[in-house]
Amino acid sequence: MKRNVLIIGGGPAGIEAARRIRDYGHTPILIEKEARLGGHLAKWHKLFPDGESTEEVLTALTSDMEGIKWFTDTAIVSINRLKHLYVAIFSNGITVQADAILFATGFSLFPAEKKEEYGYGIYNNVVTNADLEHFFNTGNDPRIKDPKVIGFVHCVGSRDEKAGNRQCSKVCCATAVKQACEMKERYPDASIYCFYMDLRMFGRKYEDLYLNAQRKYGIFFVRGRVSEVSEDIEGRLVVKAEDTLAGKPLRITMDLLVLMAGMSPCIENPEIASMTGIHMGEDGFFMPRDLMLRPVESHSKGIFLAGAVTGPKTIPETLNEARAAAMAIDNYFKQKAE
Amino acid sequence: MIDFGYTLTPSSTIEIDDADLSLFDQLCALEPDALKCMSCGSCAASCTAGVFTDVNLRKVLLSLQRGCEKDLLFQLKSCMLCGKCYIVCPRGINTRHLILSICKIYNI
Ligand SMILES: Cc1cc2nc3c(=O)[nH]c(=O)nc-3n(C[C@H](O)[C@H](O)[C@H](O)COP(=O)(O)OP(=O)(O)OC[C@H]3O[C@@H](n4cnc5c(N)ncnc54)[C@H](O)[C@@H]3O)c2cc1C
Ligand code: SF4
Ligand code: SF4
Ligand code: SF4
Repeated sequence: MKRNVLIIGGGPAGIEAARRIRDYGHTPILIEKEARLGGHLAKWHKLFPDGESTEEVLTALTSDMEGIKWFTDTAIVSINRLKHLYVAIFSNGITVQADAILFATGFSLFPAEKKEEYGYGIYNNVVTNADLEHFFNTGNDPRIKDPKVIGFVHCVGSRDEKAGNRQCSKVCCATAVKQACEMKERYPDASIYCFYMDLRMFGRKYEDLYLNAQRKYGIFFVRGRVSEVSEDIEGRLVVKAEDTLAGKPLRITMDLLVLMAGMSPCIENPEIASMTGIHMGEDGFFMPRDLMLRPVESHSKGIFLAGAVTGPKTIPETLNEARAAAMAIDNYFKQKAE
Repeated sequence: MIDFGYTLTPSSTIEIDDADLSLFDQLCALEPDALKCMSCGSCAASCTAGVFTDVNLRKVLLSLQRGCEKDLLFQLKSCMLCGKCYIVCPRGINTRHLILSICKIYNI
């Protein structure tokens, strides 16, 4: 019997899951609240560790959407459980009955202006990692004017109880090092500094990226969290940190500061949790039934999870979870049929 | 004995085997947050007194944990208890309170 699977969120997780669920012979219905599919991935330029083009990855992901019903500019208005079915009403007026639901609603980028001491939105030459990806894509950002000294601030809104996010965002160390190299290619005369607390280059080939940043690009690494930023009379940025390896306070004047805004839980999670009974962790991300053994199942029957909705993840990890979720949903239908 | 002009300098090694952590244990019983520091350096970078003196809370906390605080504890005498380090600490440690407890237990 053909079953309807409602997939909420058209990022990498949602798209990949929709295709796999179709391949299992079910009917995926994919909804995305933004105007285009692709999620956060669509905002990036080149991906770590190898500089793969985002455009190519997205094209590959969306090349084969046959048999998938998908809607953009569409959000969820309500979800109700009726015995073995879920009834969902969309913002475009459509109502669907779903035999299972997959939440692939991803993450929200930490709003960097919340860390006021770094001056995002206050000083002219402070941008975020997402702004820089936008600059790489469009070549257009009035704040970036041939910078001679550039700083990357790791852990902005991550590993920070004051910002309400204790967790590490996992991807921003690699992103900082990648972006530092890309800036050096564009501005070979610039001196570039990364301010880090721990350099989490955990994945395969990430350490090579780090090594390349040091040896090929001459990026400097300072072990210390930036404590505050101010603007001098010429509009340059004065950055303060402790160089913890030297054991001394450090001050440096810069032309551009890039803040590594972290992956925060999707702002809609509390509302979705109360609508569906999905459990939310202390950190605000959704909790799967078992982090070790059942990472794509929620506590609510027939509701599944994939991607950054259950915590910071890279693209390959996200895609693998989408495949795992498709398989778990197919198994769930098989068990129901018995 | 021939005098070759050499003198013995004290070892600069951190001797964990010989460390006496009894006061540190007392501190942790009173202030469990003393164990939470991740050595990010925010406190030292923003310290009001740090501009003029050697005070560096990160270093003091590390030295307590290693049992080699003797040469560093005097730094806390320069602390003005302004609480700026409390505002910036990303681990949310009540540093001001912690400094007061250190002073009490280590008799500074
Ligand atoms: C600055 C930065 C750079 C990165 N660079 C890399 C990299 O180089 N390599 C790499 O492997 N990873 C990288 N990542 C990580 C990567 O972005 C994530 O792994 C990936 O985006 C997670 O995909 P997702 O589908 O789970 O979530 P998302 O990409 O967040 O997609 C979720 C989608 O769901 C939609 N949505 C949310 N709520 C609703 C709702 N209620 N109704 C309808 N739609 C909804 C959202 O609009 C969004 O389109 C980077 C992350 C950051 C922050
Ligand atoms: S990945 Fe790096 S920059 Fe991002 S939160 Fe973790 S330690 Fe900080
Ligand atoms: S409370 Fe003491 S250690 Fe902390 S910032 Fe103020 S002077 Fe420095
Ligand atoms: S700011 Fe907090 S976590 Fe960072 S070094 Fe100081 S006490 Fe430790």
